[in-house]
Amino acid sequence: MTKQGPGVQPDIAAGRLEPEAYRAHFADVHPPLAREAALVEANRCYFCYDAPCIEACPTGIDIPQFIRQIATENLAGSGRTILEANIFGGSCARVCPTEVLCEAACVRVAQEGKPVAIGRLQRYATDPLLEEGRHPFARAPRTGKRVAVVGGGPAGLSCAHRLALLGHDVTVFEARERLGGLNEYGVAEYKVPGHFARNEIDFILGIGGIELSTGKALGRDLELSALRRGFDAVFLGMGLAGVNALDAPGEDLKGVMNAVDYIAELRQAASFAGLPVGRRVVVIGGGNTAIDIAVQTRRLGAEDVTLVYRRGPEAMSATAHEQEFAQINGVKIKHWARPLRLTGSNGHVAEAAFEYTRLVNGKLAGTGESFALPADMVFKAIGQVFVADPLREDASEPLELEDGRIHTDEEGRTSLAGVWAGGDCTARGEDLTVQAVEDGKRAALSIDRALRR
Amino acid sequence: MADLTTRIAGIKSPNPFWLASAPPTDKEYNVVRAFKAGWGGVVWKTLGEDPPIVNTSSRYGGLSYKGNRVAGFTNIELITDRPLELNLREIKQVKRDWPDRALIVSLMVPCEEEAWKRILRRVEETGADGVELNFGCPHGMSERGMGAAVGQVPDYVEMVTRWCKQHTRMPVIVKLTPNVASILAPARAAVRGGADAVSLINTINSIIAVDLDRMAPIPVVDGKGTHGGYCGPAVKPVALHMVAEIARDPECRNIPIAGIGGIESWRDAAEFMALGAGAVQVCTAAMHYGFRIVGDMIDGLGRWMDGKSYPRLDAFRGKAVPNVTDWQFLNLNYQIVARIDQDLCVKCGLCHIACEDTAHQAIAASRSGGERRYEVVDQECVGCNLCLYVCPVEDCITMVRLDQDKGHLDWTRHPNNPLRKAAE
Repeated sequence: MTKQGPGVQPDIAAGRLEPEAYRAHFADVHPPLAREAALVEANRCYFCYDAPCIEACPTGIDIPQFIRQIATENLAGSGRTILEANIFGGSCARVCPTEVLCEAACVRVAQEGKPVAIGRLQRYATDPLLEEGRHPFARAPRTGKRVAVVGGGPAGLSCAHRLALLGHDVTVFEARERLGGLNEYGVAEYKVPGHFARNEIDFILGIGGIELSTGKALGRDLELSALRRGFDAVFLGMGLAGVNALDAPGEDLKGVMNAVDYIAELRQAASFAGLPVGRRVVVIGGGNTAIDIAVQTRRLGAEDVTLVYRRGPEAMSATAHEQEFAQINGVKIKHWARPLRLTGSNGHVAEAAFEYTRLVNGKLAGTGESFALPADMVFKAIGQVFVADPLREDASEPLELEDGRIHTDEEGRTSLAGVWAGGDCTARGEDLTVQAVEDGKRAALSIDRALRR
Repeated sequence: MADLTTRIAGIKSPNPFWLASAPPTDKEYNVVRAFKAGWGGVVWKTLGEDPPIVNTSSRYGGLSYKGNRVAGFTNIELITDRPLELNLREIKQVKRDWPDRALIVSLMVPCEEEAWKRILRRVEETGADGVELNFGCPHGMSERGMGAAVGQVPDYVEMVTRWCKQHTRMPVIVKLTPNVASILAPARAAVRGGADAVSLINTINSIIAVDLDRMAPIPVVDGKGTHGGYCGPAVKPVALHMVAEIARDPECRNIPIAGIGGIESWRDAAEFMALGAGAVQVCTAAMHYGFRIVGDMIDGLGRWMDGKSYPRLDAFRGKAVPNVTDWQFLNLNYQIVARIDQDLCVKCGLCHIACEDTAHQAIAASRSGGERRYEVVDQECVGCNLCLYVCPVEDCITMVRLDQDKGHLDWTRHPNNPLRKAAE
């Protein structure tokens, strides 16, 4: 064991693994179903009437129908059924927590504890369409209306695609270099390996009528008021730009990072072997980002990865399935502890101290006992926050917020006329890709109704 | 364990499981493997006159149902394609080596007395236990005036059966084709001709599937196909019906029956026996899984008989026959309705949509607090059983009897029947 103390360098290194290992570690975590396996699985579906799975899908995909189309080997029809409801059907098949959505509702769970593998079947049906690349939908006659979409993630692009389909002309403004949002920058590599996210976006843009403007951030390069003047409608889907602070001393030591930043770097890396990773990694948080950073640092070669969460396993927003996945990847999960302080030497973190917690009258409280974990890297994954500043340009007509995020109604309308919003930046958001896609779609339909009035 | 010894048409075998005349019984090598696996008997693949026929390459077609392979099967193979002498020599050897097993020889020669006489004499020399007259093969041979071409004409069936009985002391089993309007005509003809037993069903005329790329029926032989003989699990219901018709027909005089058609398990066999079969013949299941399936057939049938206290096969053979009747004698006062066990219900909604769209609108769908609920509307339910069969959960839907003390009223006495009999 390396001695840690004043003057000792933190053990952070790139290339900890053989090249082969990187390929294996960041390959598809759930390889696609082969035809025979897909047919067997598809035939497990009962083709329920008023199927509970459809209701459990935020985008309302007609799941029994697409599975039946797999069973009858009408694969193109199956893929279309999915994409009609959810143009991001390909990435949702990979990143959706199906174990708490459609698959949790599958009647096979009640019957035999094993749902139809809806997510994997959805991938089986959508992969060929995406690989073929030919866009399956045609635009309606052009309306001459122009809509600005702010944010090129799942919410914005879902909205843009539906609007383009309905005949409107759309301009998508994206702050980053690439479109895709969390699919491109924020999800674990092994869930959407290679250039899947980019290929999917190319496929979506194949509808036509969507103009792109990347490197354009609201508040920096764009103003909402100008967009409102220049377009017939505006959709805001810029996600969450901020990260929660730890509120513990030592947060600004070197080696203490936001999990989302490191994941973004990893997702854009030319070579995983070139990514420096600590020998001992501590992750603070309990959501999917915490799981994703913990597992990915393990897979980059970190020796000890400990995920610390302030409450019990059932309170984690990462599903039980995700928690198990982290554990079988060698991540140690410690529950009921909150950060006390981060300490280091020479300005670099060396140790993370935690206080045990418990519930006292339903409220989280420290027990007074503590422990410390040696750490070469500490990742903060305690949630992202909406940054509202860019929207506060016009004090006479402020955009109404709710719990720090944009307030919308059922259809995605904000308090400003002609402005809709969806996805994680809204108060209704559930921080799920599939919910963002639905928000975008629903807002597009609402915008379409408004523009045709 | 129950005694499975079988005696049918004077032929004895240690169990009622025989392999039907087909590719599995084509030659000594296979038959010996079958006997080693435990089969009680075999019907040797049909012999004909030399020169032997020639078979096509590409002979079988399979029907998959929702991922289950060989739910139905078809073939366009003909009778043996090996020289008569070779078959006879092997039959003799096998019978000598396996004296306790039933060895029956299937035969098909042109419809001439001399031809039958000639071949019967030669089979008799092998020491075989009996012959089975192949009047059933629906393809290839029938175009040459043999197989189903004989089996579909009751007079020919009777005539050839009579010839055979005259020219051999071996028991004669007549194998019947299902490709007829009523199985009773050829069955009665076989009885009149003196048959010792009938075996049925042979394969059903069929096109199992069409290859939509090659636009030809399956199996495709160099771009073309022809109708074949359909068999496998899918044909069992057809076979059960025909067996029952013969078993309950007074003119068939309780002729012994070897049941054939989609038998894959001891349970299938027991059903045939309950409808009167004294032995069963199996082919497709063996071709699907190999001869080893007979192990569980023997074991399972014996255990089931023990559970039911049937010491011998005769104890339950034909026991369901008296309960097979004509529609007009069914009790029209009998009334059942569906009951859904709400604790077992998985909310798939299949019972509701089946009843709503295609039956009697007797299963209501409702929601309370988001929870789906499916309930039977007794007044609308006619007790058709549809929901029972579409429900994927065993015992979730059951049928309960509602009529009480109404007695028996069938169509023969029903007021709506203009030709009803007067009450006694």
